[in-house]
Amino acid sequence: MRALKFGLPLLVFVLLAGFFSVGLLRDPREVPSPFIGKPAPAFRLDQLHEAKSAFAPADMKGKVWMLNVWASWCVSCRVEHPLLVEIARQNLVPIVGLNYKDRREDGVQWLAKFGNPYVLSAHDFDGSVGIDYGVYGVPETFVIDKAGVIRHKQIGPITPEALEKTILPLIRELNA
Amino acid sequence: MKRIAAIGLLVIAGFALAQPVATPPSGGAVEARMKALAEELRCLVCQNQTIADSNAPLAQDLRGQIREQISQGRDDDQIRAYMVARYGDFVLYRPPFKATTVLLWLGPFLLIGLGGAIFVAIVRRRRAESEGPTLSARRRSEIEDLLEKD
Repeated sequence: MRALKFGLPLLVFVLLAGFFSVGLLRDPREVPSPFIGKPAPAFRLDQLHEAKSAFAPADMKGKVWMLNVWASWCVSCRVEHPLLVEIARQNLVPIVGLNYKDRREDGVQWLAKFGNPYVLSAHDFDGSVGIDYGVYGVPETFVIDKAGVIRHKQIGPITPEALEKTILPLIRELNA
Repeated sequence: MKRIAAIGLLVIAGFALAQPVATPPSGGAVEARMKALAEELRCLVCQNQTIADSNAPLAQDLRGQIREQISQGRDDDQIRAYMVARYGDFVLYRPPFKATTVLLWLGPFLLIGLGGAIFVAIVRRRRAESEGPTLSARRRSEIEDLLEKD
């Protein structure tokens, strides 16, 4: 009985502390995406550099690719950017940019300054494509397979760790 | 005269600049429905605010999106489904009851039940301890008989 009297509160405390510490260590911004396993929403947007040509996700059919949502006003994008440039330099996977709620000249200038890792960027000036992709925190990156299905979503900047442990293995698997 | 005209133009220009941010032409009913809906949706940029409360650009866009869909004649459930398809159940301040949310919905009742059970158990035990040993009627009459014999 004594054991229960002291043991039970202790057990409850340890359980609660466990739940809380797990809760604290998780990133509240990482909300499970409803897009995983679903076809990438179709859109048709003007390109950032060549306003006269358009881009649609269907253009990438048959390729494993990444859609990276970025903006010149986005501070974390700058943190992520060198990694994207490196991915492009090593030709690991084609990256298409979605320039989100940005003025054309700002986006072009930003890329000229920090390097352009993108095959091309689509210009989502009013952010409507962003809404269709459930974007809520730029940068976000979608890994899309050959059939045009979204396989992974990175919320926030791609970290070297996420790239090595999650994204690159997935891309290798999808390309196999 | 020219000066007055210039001032007038400036004033009008001011209105023209201020207008694009304001709500598009729509009836009060649309606005009220939009507000009611937006109050049930979480803003994912600032997660502890609703889309109605938040001033984040995304929340503004989503309010516009809701307005537009209401004017297109879509009903509340359709608009909610539109949001869930993009941002997951997490956008709903009233999450649906399903396998992944069973613990969320039933957890509080489970805890109350558990607490109640512990409470009842403790009260029962205390009562048993305080009442002390009791005598059965037969035992009592036997004792009374013994006492009378003396």
